[in-house]
Amino acid sequence: MKKTLATQLDAINEYEREPVPESKLKGLKSFVGMYAGEHTAGTEFVIGPLFVVHGVSAPDLFLGLLVGNVLAVLSWAFLCAPIAVKARLTLYYQLEKICGRYLVSGYNLVNALMFCFLAGSMIAVAATAVGIPFNIEMPGLGDFYPSSVGWAVTVFLVGIVITVVAILGYEQISRFANVCAPWMILVFVAAAFAVMPQLGITSLESFWQVAQTRIWNGVPVDGFSKFTFWHVTFFAWFANMAMHIGMGDLSILRYAKKWEYGFASVAGMFVGHVMAWIASGILVAAASGEVTPGPIAYGSAGIAGAICVVIAGWTTANPTIYRAGLAIQSIVPSVRRWKVTLVVGLVTTIAALFPALVMRLLDFVALYGLVLMPMGAIIFIDFYIIPKIGLRSYYAEAVKTPFNVAAGVTWVATLVLCLSLNYFQGIDIFFLGLPGWFIAAALYIGLSKLYQQKKPKQAEIKVSANVM
Amino acid sequence: MQLILKIISYIGLLLTVVPAFLVFSGVIELSFHKTLMLIGTLLWFFTAPFWMNRQRHPEESI
Repeated sequence: MKKTLATQLDAINEYEREPVPESKLKGLKSFVGMYAGEHTAGTEFVIGPLFVVHGVSAPDLFLGLLVGNVLAVLSWAFLCAPIAVKARLTLYYQLEKICGRYLVSGYNLVNALMFCFLAGSMIAVAATAVGIPFNIEMPGLGDFYPSSVGWAVTVFLVGIVITVVAILGYEQISRFANVCAPWMILVFVAAAFAVMPQLGITSLESFWQVAQTRIWNGVPVDGFSKFTFWHVTFFAWFANMAMHIGMGDLSILRYAKKWEYGFASVAGMFVGHVMAWIASGILVAAASGEVTPGPIAYGSAGIAGAICVVIAGWTTANPTIYRAGLAIQSIVPSVRRWKVTLVVGLVTTIAALFPALVMRLLDFVALYGLVLMPMGAIIFIDFYIIPKIGLRSYYAEAVKTPFNVAAGVTWVATLVLCLSLNYFQGIDIFFLGLPGWFIAAALYIGLSKLYQQKKPKQAEIKVSANVM
Repeated sequence: MQLILKIISYIGLLLTVVPAFLVFSGVIELSFHKTLMLIGTLLWFFTAPFWMNRQRHPEESI
């Protein structure tokens, strides 16, 4: 009997509410490909230029990228990956055990919305390249609303294609990223080298001088704040804060055979971020300050460059929509994941219609990491510290409460404190993640001591740092 | 067959990146580099999916 498409899609088991079985674990190559593809994204074509616009000097950029990305890799390897391979649960199911169903539902809604906006910015970037051959009027980076019908139709078509691939599951996403990654990375490198003669770089020796005077000359564009080494370092470290310190990649790394696979993120940070941000900065300088991703890639690498922008947006939007689907499904577990992902994809596509998502990307990325970070701190403390001080891990599951007050207050209070520092003291959001993590950790320990007074009804704790 | 596909894929990657270094060295023009890069791109995407995905299956089942 022929299976219907719906039956086939229903059969894709992503282990949303159970540990990933041994037979489904993946090798190192899957993660290297996934990270390299995911972090060589369409948004790199925006972040690189924004560093130029903010007047980063060349020494600050290179040193900041080195330090910040090393810290990001260490965060994946030592904070996220060890918990992922021990528990082998999605972020959302693990949070549900700690926080309770009501609290995690609220968190997941916020989380899914953030993922939708992030994926939306990637769809928008991809659309700037898709529209080139059709001569569609593209929005400028100063635009807030959709600028033309052609733009809206282009975004819609790109969004639909990306959503369909995301519906087919992690396996398909991983395969697609694996195929694209090596080619995409080479296009970034090649495009940068090809335009260097236009900037007067004719040898490797002349690169540094031109880099300091014509690319990252240390002078911000009017109306933009000046970025320093510390801005670059903290942005590079926390650009994916939601994934490593915020534990978002528990859902991906639970498929890893060993915790050391967390170091696969080096492919994303150095081959992806460092190289792509530098390359896109060079492309912007060669394009005389033009910052729209599609045209600058097309100008330096032709049709292949435009295809690269589309695919770079695609390979990042795919896993992001997948994560958003998982977040929503944990709220409505009875609904099949593919149906949830379809709705998430549509919301993402609508968000992508608004160019403001791209225009304010640095601020949005920083805020998105900050909002999700406290729950990462809670997971870390619950896994390693809580059992050692005589308290219960997975407390909500143990006492069958739908709302862990200690976790809820920790999340909200941390955000209020951090956002107050931003609002009243004027501290940039991407400097707040580090103190915010320690605030969240201390709050959760203190509040748990106060809160965990009543005896757990169910003593069984299956996973904790003590028994692993 | 798989070996032939792999060879074509790697030629595609070389065509994607090497012309850029030739532009950098002043050997070819930017427009020719764009054409060669497109040919390389097509070669890669028409061949790599066949051998890259096949190779991953045995590794996953271990």
